[in-house]
Amino acid sequence: MSEMKTPDARAEIPDPMIDASLRLPLLALFGGAAFWLVVSSVLAMIASIKFHAPDFLAACPWLIYGRVQPAADDALLYGFCIPAGLGVALWLVAQLGQAPLRGAIVPVVAAKLWHLGVLVGLIGILSGNSTGFAWLEFPRAGSVILFFAYLLLALWAMMNFAARRERALHPSHWFLVAALLWFPWTYSTANLFLVAWPVRGVVQGIIGWWFANNLIFLWLALVGVGTAFYFLPKFSGRPLQSYYLALFAFWTLILFGTWCGIPPGAPLPAWMPTLSSVAATLTVVPVLAIAIIMWKTLRGPTSGCNITPAPLSSLSANEVGGEGRGEVASLSLNSNPLAPSPLPAQAGRGSRQQSQAAPPTNCEPKGGPFCFIRFGFASFVLSSLMFIAMACPRISRVTEFTWFGPAQTQLQLYGFFAMTMFGAIYHLLPRVVGVELPFPKLARLQFWLSMSGVLLFIVPLAIGGVEQGMKLNNPGIAFMDATNAMLPFLRTSTVGLLLILLGNLLFALIFFAMTFVWGKSLLKKAHAIVTAPLKNQEVKA
Amino acid sequence: MKNGFWIFIAVFLALGGSWCGFVLAPELQLGGAKQTTVLNTSDVYPVGRPGEATQGSSVYRANGCAACHTEQVRQTGMTCGVTLTEAGKNPQAVTNLISSLVLINLTKEAADAASAKITAGGGKTEIHITATGPDIARGWGMRQSVAEDYLYDQPVQLGSLRAGPDLANAGARADANWQLLHLYAPKSEVKGSAMPPFRYLFEVRKIGREPSPDALKLPPEFAPPAGYEVVPRPEARELAAYLLSLRANAPLYSAPISP
Repeated sequence: MSEMKTPDARAEIPDPMIDASLRLPLLALFGGAAFWLVVSSVLAMIASIKFHAPDFLAACPWLIYGRVQPAADDALLYGFCIPAGLGVALWLVAQLGQAPLRGAIVPVVAAKLWHLGVLVGLIGILSGNSTGFAWLEFPRAGSVILFFAYLLLALWAMMNFAARRERALHPSHWFLVAALLWFPWTYSTANLFLVAWPVRGVVQGIIGWWFANNLIFLWLALVGVGTAFYFLPKFSGRPLQSYYLALFAFWTLILFGTWCGIPPGAPLPAWMPTLSSVAATLTVVPVLAIAIIMWKTLRGPTSGCNITPAPLSSLSANEVGGEGRGEVASLSLNSNPLAPSPLPAQAGRGSRQQSQAAPPTNCEPKGGPFCFIRFGFASFVLSSLMFIAMACPRISRVTEFTWFGPAQTQLQLYGFFAMTMFGAIYHLLPRVVGVELPFPKLARLQFWLSMSGVLLFIVPLAIGGVEQGMKLNNPGIAFMDATNAMLPFLRTSTVGLLLILLGNLLFALIFFAMTFVWGKSLLKKAHAIVTAPLKNQEVKA
Repeated sequence: MKNGFWIFIAVFLALGGSWCGFVLAPELQLGGAKQTTVLNTSDVYPVGRPGEATQGSSVYRANGCAACHTEQVRQTGMTCGVTLTEAGKNPQAVTNLISSLVLINLTKEAADAASAKITAGGGKTEIHITATGPDIARGWGMRQSVAEDYLYDQPVQLGSLRAGPDLANAGARADANWQLLHLYAPKSEVKGSAMPPFRYLFEVRKIGREPSPDALKLPPEFAPPAGYEVVPRPEARELAAYLLSLRANAPLYSAPISP
């Protein structure tokens, strides 16, 4: 029972050394991630416009649909999601373990290497050198770079984990450390058996599905849920409800989730899709357990609205928030000299209505990191349920091969994972860089753009996908009619992509504005150092 | 869980389990698969694709055709029918027998039973198996796709979205000329097609001393200006050859149909 209390009762000592030690690695990881995020939405936009005008950019082989679409997907997954997830994991591991990162130069180099790998991979896809496997399209050169960059980053995170001063494990630890170990195994298996020494025939398909499921469903779930398990208790001012439920969710998620992914209609011996469908059905258990944990953590009596657009002040406001007081208050203690004075406490009153989408009062519950993470969490539950539904043979008969699948993937990648990462980054970046979030209102605007964008993208595609599936299952309806019926939905989703593109541009703008302000302050400091001795000499003279 | 060791054990158990189940076991079961024989014949299946088609598979991969096209036919069931091939020595009795039996839209068991009754009456029968399902009704194939169909594909490009029709049997539906015209100007062959044109696989060039025999015969609204002709580049030919090689209709033990 002792460990049941430790994770949340721990006193996190505000250690500027920890944040400072992570500064350069995180800037390298997030900087490239912000860039690829914009690239991915531009590519996705180009792909989507082709459904309005098939001739659009058709003369240029680099920009045809079959290359641009996988490039957009991979830029989002490998360019943004994984480096952002690794960055947040590095920060969380250091924060939870109260140990500064040593030898930060290695993760900086690894981050640059990772983004180089993404560049090589994307050029490979666009120039027609894709491997042809979904989510593994990067040609060999790109995959090798990615793999070693990941190993270095994960190794440093693990070393930091091993060197932690706070020995008790937080539930976030399980999820994040498991994710760190998960990727090298799946990625190397897929690359060795599909690209380097390809297995024969349909086994390629099986390994491809296994890999995609373990990366997109499981790796993202581990990192995203691990992140949310750290942040939501902080924002709500209540401990995670509860330790044992989280343990149960962790075990069931990795035990069942890893077997999902083989579609029921696959041309395989029947035991494989059947086993996968059973595993997917069982995955309802961890998804519901995680939903219950979140619900109980957020909806308790002491949960308060303590979110402001500027995350630093949000934590200060949290001081009065209730049970989480000890850790949170200590965190907000001048860990950042630029932090504004705490805002008037908003906590403890009207918590329920404010944590819903109530009209913004002066505490502005929308747009803070909390809203990103809360929306991300809701998307996690919904996208996981969609994923599980698609593994059910009855439903799969309709949704397989339709736009329902891409809608689910987008909800998983963007609605759940990217949104959770946005929230985490908006929270941790000001601390790490030591600069206040420059345009808090823009961050709020980004939340609205990204949220409505992802909804406008996935809702039409999911509904249209079901309709398309029912039409395809009726041989009386010509194929062309079923396809054309999809066009209005596809065209609506373009609007969603446009909003996502704007949201991503805002994110990149905020990020680079912050690094710019930081760089300027660095220059000022350097300038001060350079000019200071001169002045002294003048005074002496 | 008190320390990192337990997380490592958890990952090892969970991921190791699914690795054995979905990487190792399928490789052991299917990785050594060899050619099989077409049902009731001695023909082997599948036969490798001709060289040009193998190169075309790589054009198909490079241009991401699998982003919109699947190569797998689904089947929801099958029906059997019993046909009398020989009436035997006592045609009248067999005829009476047949009129008392249902001989179409049967399950396999019912068809076997009916066939056994007729055979006992002295007649000879054949059982016809037909696959059913929307994909088959659309003419995308005669039977479902099975693991054997992909034995020689590298990479296996099953696809996951049908923005365009399934191509598992594209070779059985159209000829090379149609494929080339359709690649150059999809709308010339399929009215309202949403497929982007792949013009960069073709060369539009001035007609030399005499027109090339390979030049596409395009309808006027898609034709190049007078004095020019559209000639497929090698990639276009290879892709067309690959599409023509896509046939997965052979009756197999794992997917029985009557030819």
